[in-house]
Amino acid sequence: MSTVIELNQVKFTWPRSDKPVLDIAELVIDKGQHLFIQGESGCGKTSLLNLLSGITEPDSGNLRILDQPLTALSPHQRDRFRADHLGVIFQQFNLLPYLNVIENVTLPFYFSDRRRHKVKDTHDAAINILRELEITSGLFEKDVLDLSVGQQQRVAVARALVGNPELVIADEPTSALDSKNRDTFLRLLFELSTEHDSTLIFVSHDDHLSSFFEHSINLAETNRAYQGEAV
Amino acid sequence: MNLIQLSIKSAWNRRISLGLTVLSLAVSILLLVGVDMIRKEAKSNFMNTISQTDLIVGARSGPINLLLYSVFRLGNATNNVSWESFQELSNLDQVAWSVPLSLGDSHRGFRVLGTNQDYFKYYKYASNTPLQFDSGVVFKGVFDVVLGADVAQKLDYRLGQKIVVSHGLASTAFSDHDDKPFTIVGILEKTGTPVDRTLHVSLEGISAIHIDWQSGRRSAFEISAEQALKMDLQPREITAFMLGLKKRITTFRVQRQINEYRQEPLMAIIPGATLTSLWQTLNAFEMVLLGISALVVLAGLIGMLTAIMSSLNERRREMAVMRALGAHPYHIIALFTLETLFLMLMSIVLGLILLYSSLWALKPLLLEWMGIHIQIVWLHWHQMMIIGVITLIALLISLIPGLIAHKRSLQDGLMIRI
Ligand SMILES: Nc1ncnc2c1ncn2[C@@H]1O[C@H](COP(=O)(O)OP(=O)(O)OP(=O)(O)O)[C@@H](O)[C@H]1O
Ligand SMILES: [Mg+2]
Repeated sequence: MSTVIELNQVKFTWPRSDKPVLDIAELVIDKGQHLFIQGESGCGKTSLLNLLSGITEPDSGNLRILDQPLTALSPHQRDRFRADHLGVIFQQFNLLPYLNVIENVTLPFYFSDRRRHKVKDTHDAAINILRELEITSGLFEKDVLDLSVGQQQRVAVARALVGNPELVIADEPTSALDSKNRDTFLRLLFELSTEHDSTLIFVSHDDHLSSFFEHSINLAETNRAYQGEAV
Repeated sequence: MNLIQLSIKSAWNRRISLGLTVLSLAVSILLLVGVDMIRKEAKSNFMNTISQTDLIVGARSGPINLLLYSVFRLGNATNNVSWESFQELSNLDQVAWSVPLSLGDSHRGFRVLGTNQDYFKYYKYASNTPLQFDSGVVFKGVFDVVLGADVAQKLDYRLGQKIVVSHGLASTAFSDHDDKPFTIVGILEKTGTPVDRTLHVSLEGISAIHIDWQSGRRSAFEISAEQALKMDLQPREITAFMLGLKKRITTFRVQRQINEYRQEPLMAIIPGATLTSLWQTLNAFEMVLLGISALVVLAGLIGMLTAIMSSLNERRREMAVMRALGAHPYHIIALFTLETLFLMLMSIVLGLILLYSSLWALKPLLLEWMGIHIQIVWLHWHQMMIIGVITLIALLISLIPGLIAHKRSLQDGLMIRI
């Protein structure tokens, strides 16, 4: 199995701070994995996802994603790389409030030619994936603010997966959901990322969720910078 | 979905605050362009008061004073010009035509001008427009009068009606030349010049009504209108006269000749040049008005900046979502610039709609109150440039929120901590 992500001696400091928040000796993630990254609040989970998505750059070390050394790319190229290869799901408020459901889901096609060329028709692709996520066609033209939070998060999954990006990262996407909605969300997320052949990185402080995943790591332990400041 | 549609939808989502911004910008554009238009129209109206006349000659005083009383019928001459000088100077080789002007009487607030029939032939306004008769004809008899358009309209006079002229400028029963009424034989078309507010009679008519007057008082012997007609009505003095030259190139030479005229202290002015210098004295006011309008536009732009800036926080998540989807920083900046561009375009369109509809509504009022005849014309290139510059400034201003949003989106990273 080939690797999707390789981190080597990566250190990262936020621009307006003096201490590094991340210091990871090694982290390797294989293709097609569903990886759960667990870690208590403040241990640097979100900071790690920022690095993986190419929004921020490591201070030092090697970071390869899909065999591409991210550090060799310009910020502009990293933006393009993210548009082409990554789907991102946030904790909440993933959707642009002034666009309807379909428009939100087709948004990645504007930023990535690669993803657009993978589908025959952008509108159909959006509809198909929404159906798979159990969003009924009555909701397609709706204002996203009229959707329940559970529905909104599933629309966010549709947007992350549309056009088959290789990597999907999710930052606590279930923390605003009740247990029933959470279970549905996770089931669909797993089904679809398997079907779309995407690697999934799922981050949460909630270690109950680890039972849903075959692979999990604890960032609080992996991240030496965090251990350093732990009491 | 492209960036333009995206920014339109985003703006539509905030339509109330942005709508108010558009309204305030539209009003400020209306004001600035409107002031500039009226200023231009007022100036061209003013400069068009008299044309084709090469020199105006009167007793020596200030050039502006001479222009004011001879053309604008404002103020009074300090001295008169003798008939002999008028004759002699009119007969100079270079002179093509001359028209005498005799002022000093009035009728119910309107000035009476004594002149001859040539006045209607040679007085031109705008570039080369002669006076036209709305009805009737040029005066022939001593007691005939031709009315300017405003005089006829305001006083509701008709052809054939008889009117009484007052001596001097005040209308009191005592000073009325009521023994010698004038018959209205002609009414001129509207010109937008002081001609509209003038009553025109022959020089002989002026002489006739003054024949039994001495130094402003009625003499002991009254002379009836019939008797007056039989007397010598050749005027001894006039107030000023207009000259047309055969060759325009000789203007300065003739002007100098008149200014150095031995027999009498006279002065000749070139109407166009004096009009320009008179306009310049009024210019300061006009500039203040324009300056104030420019400040109003600035306030409008600051209002727009405020509206956009205050939306920055609520749009922070929007920016994070876009960045996560792979938007470049310039996409973020472009969103703000595009939004500003729409706001400006809408403000300009709305401003122009407001401008033209208010010009259309104000047109008759401006003519009545200020005597400014505005032509409703499309924007002058110079006004288009003003609008272009405002748009450019607005786009530059939009870089401020754009850059702030871009900087924040880098600091926030993917996830915004609330
Ligand atoms: N955008 C940022 N700018 C500066 N510092 C940041 C930023 N985001 C996080 N940090 C800092 O980095 C450290 C790790 O935060 P991070 O958000 O990565 O933790 P987390 O594991 O995601 O926590 P949580 O579970 O609460 O989301 C914290 O000390 C935080 O203050
Ligand atoms: Mg976090």
